[in-house]
Amino acid sequence: MRALTNKFWLPPLILVISLSLLLMLLPDLLGVKAVVLWTDRFIYLLMAALIFLVAYIRHKPHLRQPWRQIVNNRRALIAIVVLCAYVCIGLLDSIHYRQPLPSHGKTDQVEKLYSVEVFSVFDAALSHLRERIEKTYSEPFAYQLYAKETLDAPDGSQYRAFPRLKYGAAHLSNPAEQRGKDILLKALSGAAQGLLIFSVIFLCLLIYLARRQSSSLMQSWRWYRQSASAMGLRVVMITLAILIIGAAIIWKLSFFYHVFGTDKVGQDVLYLGLKSIRTGLVIGTLTTLIMLPFAILLGIMAGYFRGWVDDLIQYIYTTLSSVPGVLLIAAAVLSIQVYMANHPELFESVSDQADMKLLALCVVLGITSWTGLCRLLRGETLKLREMDYIQAATAFGVGHFTIIGRHLLPNVLHIVLIMVVLDFSGLVLAEAVLSYVGVGVDPSTISWGNMINGARLELAREPMVWWSLVAAFVFMFTLVLAANLFSDAVRDAFDPRLTMRGQGG
Amino acid sequence: MTDKHSEILLQMEELSTWFGGRERPSRVVDKVSFSIRRGETFALLGESGCGKSMTALSLMQLVPTPAGRIVCGRVRLDKDDLLQFSERQMRSVRGQRMAMIFQEPMTSLNPVLTIGEQIAEVLRAQAQTNGDRKKIQTEVINTLAAVGIPDPARRFKDYPHQLSGGMKQRVVIAMALAAKPDLLIADEPTTALDVTIQAQVLDLLKDVQRQTGMAILLITHDLGIVANRVDRLAVMYAGQIIELASREQFFSASAHPYSRKLFAALPNMRKRDRQLETIRGNVPPLDSVFQGCRFVERCEQAYEVCHNTIPEWRRLSNGQQVRCHLYADGSSVDEQCFAGKNKSISTETSSAMPLVMQARDLRVHFPIRKGLFKRIAGYVYAVDGIDLDLHQGRTLALVGESGCGKTTAGKALLQLIQASAGSVHWSAQGQRQELTALKGKKLRRLRAHFQIIFQDPFSSLNPRMMVGEILQEGMRAQHVVNTREQRETMIDELLKQVGMPPEAKYRYPHEFSGGQRQRISIARALAVKPDVIVCDEPTSALDVSVQAQTLNLLKQLQLELGISYLFITHNISVVEYLAHDIAVMYLGRIVEKGPAEKLLNSPQHPYTQALLSAVPVIDADRDRKVIRLEGELPSPIYPPQGCHFHPRCPQVMEMCKKTYPPVSILGEGHEVRCHLLKQD
Repeated sequence: MRALTNKFWLPPLILVISLSLLLMLLPDLLGVKAVVLWTDRFIYLLMAALIFLVAYIRHKPHLRQPWRQIVNNRRALIAIVVLCAYVCIGLLDSIHYRQPLPSHGKTDQVEKLYSVEVFSVFDAALSHLRERIEKTYSEPFAYQLYAKETLDAPDGSQYRAFPRLKYGAAHLSNPAEQRGKDILLKALSGAAQGLLIFSVIFLCLLIYLARRQSSSLMQSWRWYRQSASAMGLRVVMITLAILIIGAAIIWKLSFFYHVFGTDKVGQDVLYLGLKSIRTGLVIGTLTTLIMLPFAILLGIMAGYFRGWVDDLIQYIYTTLSSVPGVLLIAAAVLSIQVYMANHPELFESVSDQADMKLLALCVVLGITSWTGLCRLLRGETLKLREMDYIQAATAFGVGHFTIIGRHLLPNVLHIVLIMVVLDFSGLVLAEAVLSYVGVGVDPSTISWGNMINGARLELAREPMVWWSLVAAFVFMFTLVLAANLFSDAVRDAFDPRLTMRGQGG
Repeated sequence: MTDKHSEILLQMEELSTWFGGRERPSRVVDKVSFSIRRGETFALLGESGCGKSMTALSLMQLVPTPAGRIVCGRVRLDKDDLLQFSERQMRSVRGQRMAMIFQEPMTSLNPVLTIGEQIAEVLRAQAQTNGDRKKIQTEVINTLAAVGIPDPARRFKDYPHQLSGGMKQRVVIAMALAAKPDLLIADEPTTALDVTIQAQVLDLLKDVQRQTGMAILLITHDLGIVANRVDRLAVMYAGQIIELASREQFFSASAHPYSRKLFAALPNMRKRDRQLETIRGNVPPLDSVFQGCRFVERCEQAYEVCHNTIPEWRRLSNGQQVRCHLYADGSSVDEQCFAGKNKSISTETSSAMPLVMQARDLRVHFPIRKGLFKRIAGYVYAVDGIDLDLHQGRTLALVGESGCGKTTAGKALLQLIQASAGSVHWSAQGQRQELTALKGKKLRRLRAHFQIIFQDPFSSLNPRMMVGEILQEGMRAQHVVNTREQRETMIDELLKQVGMPPEAKYRYPHEFSGGQRQRISIARALAVKPDVIVCDEPTSALDVSVQAQTLNLLKQLQLELGISYLFITHNISVVEYLAHDIAVMYLGRIVEKGPAEKLLNSPQHPYTQALLSAVPVIDADRDRKVIRLEGELPSPIYPPQGCHFHPRCPQVMEMCKKTYPPVSILGEGHEVRCHLLKQD
């Protein structure tokens, strides 16, 4: 028999504890030194919160129901799969470590030395991209640089030509002729590998289905093919197949070519684009994390207490939202930058400092962006506080903050969720704009905004360097589109005006 | 059944409207057939969810698509088969030959257009000509005058928000009538209105019908309305018509057990010492496939055939038609099998019971703030000096039209709204406390003693909490019991007390029907063992049969626990059944109060007399003089000079316009504030 106070939080707690243990023990086993940046901490916190939230949602039928509706929406499912892929990359990119330096045979050395460079797990996986740096710009799939240089001929004379790339298409002897065929072949073999990986995943799924439905593999295959309730699963698997095969092709090609070209200092643009994912996600999510307490607490308090509390909170947010946002952000970011520049001793390393700047940007964005949600929540609370169940709670002599926590908060959560998801894509775009203006993230932080900013000057160049911009655009567009599709579905599912008001009556 | 003298206007045959998926459609309207003759009023009677509104929408072909669809059937208006009409052709039928008015006058009018424009729009659509403006304008004014709107030449430039509820409903009727339809479909036209206004609107419909000769299809759940104003009626249950009869036949001897139950469930004076009849169980889900009669699970007369054979139409000797196996042999109504057998309960309590709550000169004035500095520009005199006495184990009914301040009075009594002046004393167990001066913790600790039950069962329970959690809330806040085991046992007891299964505590409010939710609300209030419960129209959102269950429960709980109720309502029949004392409120003040029997049998104040006479009653034998009140409740911001009631009073005198009448005591606690009585 169920009890009224169900321990829904137990399984996620176990999961979170085991995950954090794993994170703590793994670096020692691998002999590297774990580095936890400030944004990493917040990301871990966010993940833990997310795990608890999922458990809470599963436990509450009124929350589970709209999610079921989202999962039945084809476009939303595709968006979720794409978002998950981004989140996976972002998470892998948030586990940082420092590699040990080779100890040069001095075995008696007590303290191990570690490199000052901070890498993430994702960097390790893409080391071939990170390490193969060309001299300067090169086009996607190019075998030579983008600019002519003066070269030394074997006979000692000098001539001007496009030099061959150090890494891009270096395995070809006569790239001008072989390249097209080679790319095709490599792509095909990449696709084949991707298909193989996908088939393994698919087989695992079928086995899992068969075990769960206690049927044969053929039966579960038939169920998968034909059942209407497997529609969502089919959509997920098709999206996954496209993603995996596409990723495998690019992965395979990236060993031999610069798929998106290289930038001014010869870095692989594909690598930059992928590394920017973490920055974008951090801005999109941490900002919300920082803004939510302000918005929720102040919004509900203003609506619930009214009177002078309401006046005060309203004055704060009307004032804040009357100041031009960009100006405020620019002022705050610049003053933080000056402070950081004057106190270099506060930071262990360059990446630490860059990370702090990213966090500061999130805080500044968060402080300037809570007013919209706060206003919405105030309005909703004003409406809710007149509801009879709030009056009934008052008639029981329940305290104010218990009423807020037990009656008001759960009833405005859908608004919070809708706003958070809607805000996310806006924030990702805001980062790009701010970095472009020059008040965004640290120039050493890889982000789409910085990529676009870097590409800006080269747009005027003839012939044009277009690939940085296009790459940043493609990565950002995919993320924002997925987020927007997802937020549409979330709004449709949670907006009470669009859903039926219970049954009965 | 066709009368040879009158021509059939609308003929509906086997109309079915289904909702939902193909596998398990909800048969919301299931093979409904009836006909309406020219100039007659035909009522479709049924409880909420029985498909009566959807029948009307199907007629107009306004069924919300794609959720719903008309599956089969025929609708003939004069000689046209409406279901064969295209959407374009239907447009010329809607509004022109068939017009519809809805329950809620607030949402039927466009708030950004003047009422004149909205009526002119209908006229222009009808005439198909642009016409000259003058002509249309005069026509609009004529129409407004026809529905009894005073000063139509000035009023037609008003916006909907400038009109009161009753006036808006008149405008809605004017819009429907503008095109001079053959058939007017009125879907619960008066449910949202007060009794006195309801009477005005119904009379208006009758007048208009007499003048124009149109037919009216009246959709209602109120037996009282049907009793006075219809020619023939059909009773709907679970998507099907189960009885067709003329008014006389129906009210002298309704045939179907369900119709019988509806009558028996109505509260009134004569049933005071009995429990009301209730219908057990719930309406079956409409997506089920019926093997037998759809009322069988709830019918006390059911026998074997009812379970496995779907009843066909039976025609009784007097022409009444019914779907029931009881009349298999064509016999007429058998009174024997409907003999009532409900438990009698003693309700007599003495007015000498100790006082538990006493309000003296209680006032609630809401300030109206205007301008930049929120300067107080005036007050809404919602409650303006009332005295109330609540005795242990007795029910005081606070009666009045909406807007008279009765809910505010109830909430001020419980300190849910800060009183502006006056005192509220609570006394029990040897303690006596003045409540209006108490604040914070001290007040919170006393709150266990007085509780409230709300009108709307949908907004009174937090949709995010399980029923068990809802019931726990008060116990925790008031520390009624402290351990978890004790709380769990108490929840089970409470649920049992209000007739709900113990499993209910693990479910969420939306899984329950309106009546069940109201029981949960009652259980929640009982959880802290209160002495006083303020019941704020607890049954006005419920169907008659569910209302009966709730009233029985309240009465029984009062007997068992000695709780005293302040019963706020506008429903006089509920008052007749439940109340020991009555206070009649008009515009923030009490105009008459006294013991129930005395006040109901010989009301002294002209307003009480009018209020009581405006209530539609089904006992045709009772010979009544109906007093019609003109106009509506004045604004509580500018209450009239002198007696508040004088602008509407049929017996107004010069003195009434100058001074507010003093109390006249007519013995036994019967107090009236009227100048008429002082003169005698």
